[in-house]
Amino acid sequence: MNRLMRARLLVVAAILVVLEFACRTGLISSYSLIPPSEMVVAMIEMLRSGELTAEILQTVLAVFISVAAAVVVGILVAIVLHSMPRLRQAIEPVLVTYYSIPIFVFYPLFIVLFGLNDVPKVVIGFMLAVVTMIASTLNGLDRVPRVLRKTGRVLHLSRMETIREVVLPSAALSVFNGVKLAIAHAFVGVLAAEFILSTGGLGYQIAYAFHDFDNRKMYGIMLLLLIIVAVVNAFLMGWERYIRQRRGLS
Amino acid sequence: MNMLNILKSPKCRSTFDLLLLGVAFVALWQIFYEIAGSVALASPLAATENALKMLATSDFWMNAAATLKAFCIAVVIEAVAGLAIGIFLGLQRFTGDVFEPMLTGLYSVPKLMFFPMITLFFGIGLASEVAFGVLQGIISIILFTMSAVRNIKPVYMKTGKTMNLSTTQMMLTIALPGALPEIFTGLRIGVSSSLIGVILCEMFGSSRGLGFILMNAMQNNIVLDISSQTLLLIVFAAGLSGVLMAADYKLHRRV
Repeated sequence: MNRLMRARLLVVAAILVVLEFACRTGLISSYSLIPPSEMVVAMIEMLRSGELTAEILQTVLAVFISVAAAVVVGILVAIVLHSMPRLRQAIEPVLVTYYSIPIFVFYPLFIVLFGLNDVPKVVIGFMLAVVTMIASTLNGLDRVPRVLRKTGRVLHLSRMETIREVVLPSAALSVFNGVKLAIAHAFVGVLAAEFILSTGGLGYQIAYAFHDFDNRKMYGIMLLLLIIVAVVNAFLMGWERYIRQRRGLS
Repeated sequence: MNMLNILKSPKCRSTFDLLLLGVAFVALWQIFYEIAGSVALASPLAATENALKMLATSDFWMNAAATLKAFCIAVVIEAVAGLAIGIFLGLQRFTGDVFEPMLTGLYSVPKLMFFPMITLFFGIGLASEVAFGVLQGIISIILFTMSAVRNIKPVYMKTGKTMNLSTTQMMLTIALPGALPEIFTGLRIGVSSSLIGVILCEMFGSSRGLGFILMNAMQNNIVLDISSQTLLLIVFAAGLSGVLMAADYKLHRRV
């Protein structure tokens, strides 16, 4: 394990050193890429000056709302689909091919429908996140042990009680996995929407800096985004490990 | 033959379901149209008519060919490179363990963020379309191939050894067929993502292709064209994914 971590750190360090070297010596022109050290400096400068605070909040808030809506709607839809096998069978092709369709092409439509504000990007984030949430929840519902459902019936639990006491706890790991994926997808959706056309947010700032040939700002924000995504991922993975351990799964 | 029995057969059922989905899609579209009106989107009928008209123009096919070219090159590159890297990482256990978390991390990062970087490196046009397509798809191919190679049952390998197979024979008769279904799942996901990547790249950094004409229509706000092009793109993407899905299903059933 320790050897593994050392090797990983070594690889990351090696990549950074090579990039730094290539940029400093001019092997990669500064029009294409700035040295990693400069990205860090640019990022810290922007964070210190506070010019990004509003943008970060805007993006994170949009992602949060999309994920929250996707989780609620996704779980409800999955429960309904699970209780109607025939409908589920009919709708399965949609769930399977959904992610091969470029959802972003609907973005202009949403701008016309909802106006040029924060609603269209939340809708895009929601649309990308909700289907993986449905699929994961369905997966979890399929794995609820039969014996637990039967026990519930023996104890005369009502429908809602069964869902709350039996189904959701057994499906929790799959649902959690769905939330993890939903967050990743919502990030993609919101950032892409901001990038395409919007009035603010980190994606908008990247696009703005890109059109301005302001590489320091652009790479600074990209680094910041990478760090945000990495932190969120690490947090979720840690939480998942905690849940698994508590259930004695690994 | 009883009519009812034919109707109840699984094949007929799934065809019926697909038809129903199509009807539901059109109905939903019509409802949206009634709510939003023709400023936002065209009615299903008008969009389909316009789409058919578009299909008759040479201009459309020129752009479709450009998109297809970038897409095909991207698929070939990512398939070859992805399989090679995936098999290597699958066979070298330690190296695989070192790189796996980095790859899964990259997998969940929105690749669109790297779009400006790709444009700065590859310029505007075919090269960056291909690069962006590859970037979108290759990671899932690597990850799936790697896990497929790792998951080949040891008993197959042992059987091969007792039969004194050479390394090439082992690769061709055991490793590849054994890992193929899962590898294909990775390829399917990668190919679909690449198509999205190429179209996205055309939308922001290209001067031709289906993504470009869509963006053009958006900027000029020609609602009818936007609706028809969106329809064509969706039909194409869903069709491609359906074909790949069917092949995937068959492969998984075979083993």
